[in-house]
Amino acid sequence: MEQSEVMERVVKILTPWVKDEGALAKVAMETNILEDLKVNSARLVDVVIAFEDDFDIEIADEDVDQVNTVGDAVNLISGKL
Amino acid sequence: MRAGEHKRVVITGLGVIAPNGNGVANFEAALRKGQSGIKSQESMIEAKFGCTVAGTPEGVDELCDATFGADELMAMNMNHRYASLAAIEAWKDAGLVRPAHDSEEVDWQTGAILGTGIGGMDTIAGKVVPLTNAGKIRRMGSTAVEQVMASGISARISGQLALGNQVTTNSSACSTGTEALSMGLERIRAGLADRMLCGGAEAASHYIWAGFDSMRVMNRGSNEAPEKASRPLSASAGGFIPGSGSGVVLIESLESALERGAHIHAELAGSGVNCGGHRMGGSMTSPNPTSVQRCITDALADAGVRPEEVDAINGHLTATGADPKEIGSWSRALGRGPGELPPITATKSMIGHALGAAGGLEAVASILMVEKGFVHPSINCEDVHPEIEPHASSIPHELREMPDMKVLVKAGFGFGDVNACLVFKRYES
Repeated sequence: MEQSEVMERVVKILTPWVKDEGALAKVAMETNILEDLKVNSARLVDVVIAFEDDFDIEIADEDVDQVNTVGDAVNLISGKL
Repeated sequence: MRAGEHKRVVITGLGVIAPNGNGVANFEAALRKGQSGIKSQESMIEAKFGCTVAGTPEGVDELCDATFGADELMAMNMNHRYASLAAIEAWKDAGLVRPAHDSEEVDWQTGAILGTGIGGMDTIAGKVVPLTNAGKIRRMGSTAVEQVMASGISARISGQLALGNQVTTNSSACSTGTEALSMGLERIRAGLADRMLCGGAEAASHYIWAGFDSMRVMNRGSNEAPEKASRPLSASAGGFIPGSGSGVVLIESLESALERGAHIHAELAGSGVNCGGHRMGGSMTSPNPTSVQRCITDALADAGVRPEEVDAINGHLTATGADPKEIGSWSRALGRGPGELPPITATKSMIGHALGAAGGLEAVASILMVEKGFVHPSINCEDVHPEIEPHASSIPHELREMPDMKVLVKAGFGFGDVNACLVFKRYES
C-alpha cells in the first residue's frame, strides 16, 4: 500500500476525534495528534482500535507510546502491512 | 419558615424523548389524542420473552446526528442520547443558549439531577461483558466507563451545557425521575442554585427488561395488540409494559425566571419523598400503603395545598395488582371517597413504564396538563378494575378540558418501597 493511501486512511480515521478543524485542513506528516489536532488524549485508545480494525493489524501498547504525529502513525502502520 | 411559605420555584423548560412523540409539541399532541407508543420488539421475540412489546422512542439517531458531534456520539449510549436530547430541548425551551464547546465560561448557578433506574445496561451487555469474557479488555476502548457509570447521564449533560452547580444522578427505581425534581426543588429553595435540570432517562434495552419478565410482572397477554397492551386501571391489566426515553424539566427560582423574562410553564409548589421501610405491607417489591399516603399528604403540606384543592392526579398506575391499592391510597390521603376523587390519569397507558425515566416523562405530561388546562385520556381501561369501579367517574377515557385547573399532583412509587410526590400549580404572579 502506498504511503499516501495509508496517510489518507489515517486522517479519515482521526477525523471524528479532531477538535481543531483548521489544523485538519492543513494536516501533514509532522502534525501532532494531541497538540495540533486537539484529539482528547483519553480517546487515543479508541483511535488505535480503529487503526487495527481498518488495517487489519495489531498494535502493541509500547508502539502506541511512540506515536505523537500523524507521520508516526503512518510509519507504524506501514511497517505492519 | 412555615409549610407553603418557601422560596417559590417555577418550571421554565421542558424536554422529552418518548415512545409516542419526541419533543414537547409532538408529545402533547399524542397525549391529547390518547396515542400509544407501544410496539412489538424483535429483540424480545428472539430472546423468547413472555411479553414482547415495549415503548421505544423512534427517530432518535436522526435527532442525535443533527444535535451532537461524531466524537460525542461515539461515547453516548442510548441512555446518554435520550437524556441529552431531552435536556437540550428543555434548555432551549427555557430561552437559554447552548454554549460553544470552546467557550471557557461555566454556569455556576445551574446544576443537574438526572436519574436512571438501571443505567447503561446496553453498554454492559453489548460490550463490557462479552469483551471481558472473551479476554479482549483492551478493545473496550476509552468510552465504556463513562457510559456505564450511574452518573454518566448527568455528567454528559454538564459537559454539553457547561453546568457548574451540583451535577449528580439519583436512583430510586420507579420513583427516580419524580425524586429528581424534589431534590432540585430543595436545592433551589435552600439558595444553593438558581436553576436545576431535573428528570430521568432509561434506555430501550431488552437486557433491562429481562429480569422483570422473569418476575412475571410484565403483561404477556397482549403481544398481538401492542397498542392495547399497557392497561393501567383495567380489569384485564396483566402487568406493566416496559417503556423508555427521557423527560427533563428545567426548574428555576421565581426571582431568576422573572429576571430573565422567561416563560413560566407552572409552579413546582411542593414535594414529598419517603420510604415505607418494608413494613406494614411494604417490601422490596410492594408499597407500604401508609407511607404512600404520608408521601402524598407531606407533599400537599409542603406546597400549602389542601386536599380539596387538588384538581387532577397523574398517578403512578403501572397496570399491576398495585393499581387498586394506589387508588385507595389517593382516596384516603385526600379524604375524598368514590365520586369525589378528581380526574386521575395514567400516562403509562400510552408510553408504558419507563422505569427511571417514568417520573421525568410523566412530570412533563403533568406540567403540560396544569399549564394548558386539560387531562389526557387514560387509555385501555374501558373495563375498569372491579376494585376501582367505585371511582370510575374519576377516570378520563377521553380528553377532558379543564381550563380552570389550578393544582395537579403527580406521584411515583418504586421497588424498595420508595415514594415521591410532586405538587404542580398553575403559575400565578
